Amino acid sequence: MTALAEPRLTAPARIEPRPFGLARHSLALARRSVLKTLRTPEQLLDVTIQPVIFVVVFVYLLGGAIAGDTGKYLQFLVPAIMVQTVMFGGMATGVNLNTDIGKGVFDRFRSLPIGRSAPLIGSVAGDLIRYVVAIVSLLVFASLMGFRFQTGVGSVLAACVLTTFFAFCLSWVVVLIGMVMRTPGAVQGTAFVIMFPLTFGTSMIAPKDTLPGWLQSWVGVNPVAHMMEASRALMLGGPLGDHVVWVLVWSVGILAVFAPLAVRAYRRRT
Amino acid sequence: MADAILAEGLVKRYGAVVALDGLDLAVPEGTIMGLLGPNGAGKTTAVRVLTTLLEFDGGNASVAGLDVVKGARELRRKIGLSGQYAAVDENLTGFENLDMVGRLYHLGKQPSRDRARELLERFDLVEAADRPVKGYSGGMRRRLDLAAALVAKPVVLFLDEPTTGLDPRSRLGMWDVIEELVAGGTTVLLTTQYLEEADRLADKIAVIDHGRVIAEGTSDQLKAQVGGERLELTVASARDVALTKAALAPLAIADISVDERGNHVIVPVSGGADVLVEAVRLLDGEAIKVLDVGLRRPTLDDVFLTLTGRAAEEDLTDGESGA
Repeated sequence: MTALAEPRLTAPARIEPRPFGLARHSLALARRSVLKTLRTPEQLLDVTIQPVIFVVVFVYLLGGAIAGDTGKYLQFLVPAIMVQTVMFGGMATGVNLNTDIGKGVFDRFRSLPIGRSAPLIGSVAGDLIRYVVAIVSLLVFASLMGFRFQTGVGSVLAACVLTTFFAFCLSWVVVLIGMVMRTPGAVQGTAFVIMFPLTFGTSMIAPKDTLPGWLQSWVGVNPVAHMMEASRALMLGGPLGDHVVWVLVWSVGILAVFAPLAVRAYRRRT
Repeated sequence: MADAILAEGLVKRYGAVVALDGLDLAVPEGTIMGLLGPNGAGKTTAVRVLTTLLEFDGGNASVAGLDVVKGARELRRKIGLSGQYAAVDENLTGFENLDMVGRLYHLGKQPSRDRARELLERFDLVEAADRPVKGYSGGMRRRLDLAAALVAKPVVLFLDEPTTGLDPRSRLGMWDVIEELVAGGTTVLLTTQYLEEADRLADKIAVIDHGRVIAEGTSDQLKAQVGGERLELTVASARDVALTKAALAPLAIADISVDERGNHVIVPVSGGADVLVEAVRLLDGEAIKVLDVGLRRPTLDDVFLTLTGRAAEEDLTDGESGA
């Protein structure tokens, strides 16, 4: 039998601190998060079935009225709804974390010699797999419906990467909500109230110039609207303008403010 | 011998509720301290403070020579914690859980895997190693949880009600493991509601109630506080009671009492089983018909009842839940 214990209190520390500790720990914990997603695929329903339903409803119900032709409308809608899909995917991160944190395994993490923020970063990073699933399932389904990219592989990939980065940064807002609220339901409700004007107060469903003036002003400053326009330009061609710059500025700004707040809220939560 | 765990005047408040009210504790290296108390006494709070999970409001504490506040990070390298609720990930397999913990301790890839396999073997989880924990029984989860606490070979181990909710066989298995660990030199702080468990495992027992240690000592010392052994007899007829009292008077070390039903006699004695044999011989000589006779030693239940005025496993509705 092997010895369970190595009991001397004076024993030299076996575990030397190594550089990039936080990154390594976060990565190990992200792996846990990914395995969890893969083992419970039903958790992916919101990023697989839901966007498909949205596309079907919008295209066949509104497409004719808005664009005069469902095929044309599909081209208009898909790059933008991809952004919404991935953002909603990020919303689930906050809700899941709220559920997860009550379970014993977070106590284990707290008793380990790792950064207190590592479990949080790991969970958020691990959920990136959900974004990938969301993008792939949406684009495959849209292609089957007749959607066609008008640009090259590089541009399309750029749109996907930019969307993922944007949603990752924005998800910290929901993570903060997840750390502050007591129940998953409250997280979902609050997150939805925030996400709704962000995703629908855009040119996602209808062109910006058809909107009333006050809404056009909102669309002008809404980072999600810039993200959707950037995605359209990258997938369909057309002027990219300063959308990408706006998206990057907003993303980094949101990350810089909300990630530390979320980590602080996590530390205080017992 | 140095104290592996030392707490002085620990105070922890949750709003108006005082969970720890000046808790003092000293656990010498290589021993097991049993923390005994009812629900809400502050056992779990004490463990959470000592394992750096919880900030506290007053007093100070050190574990393995490190201050729990200033040396928290370093301290976490030296301790293991196994809680009341198995702190393992349901979606991962047993192996993945242990491997993850090993990685988080920076054991390195291969050593992490080796240690995981080694522990799975020791805890009889080899067959279940590659199944998600979701399908594990309560006992298996607890074993895995304890294994996870042992990944980095901690010098001080905190076990918060390690056998609560386990079936008797799993409980015995858990006890064996704990005893083996302490034989290897690990220091253990064990909280429990089970007096039997504290009795069997702990070198020293601290009885806590309302966030404070109300009695401390070895199991025998605590029992001595509430008095020694007694003979308890039930005689067939109430008429024999006087005769019994007379017959057993030479053995009694204090007043013999008779309970209200009239045929139950309690004789304080000392001397163990020999006294019982002698008593039976005396009663037989007097031709007294006895329905039941037994030598009763005080249990920790008696100790607890005497100290706190209530039974150990009685649930408290007031105060903090301890979870």
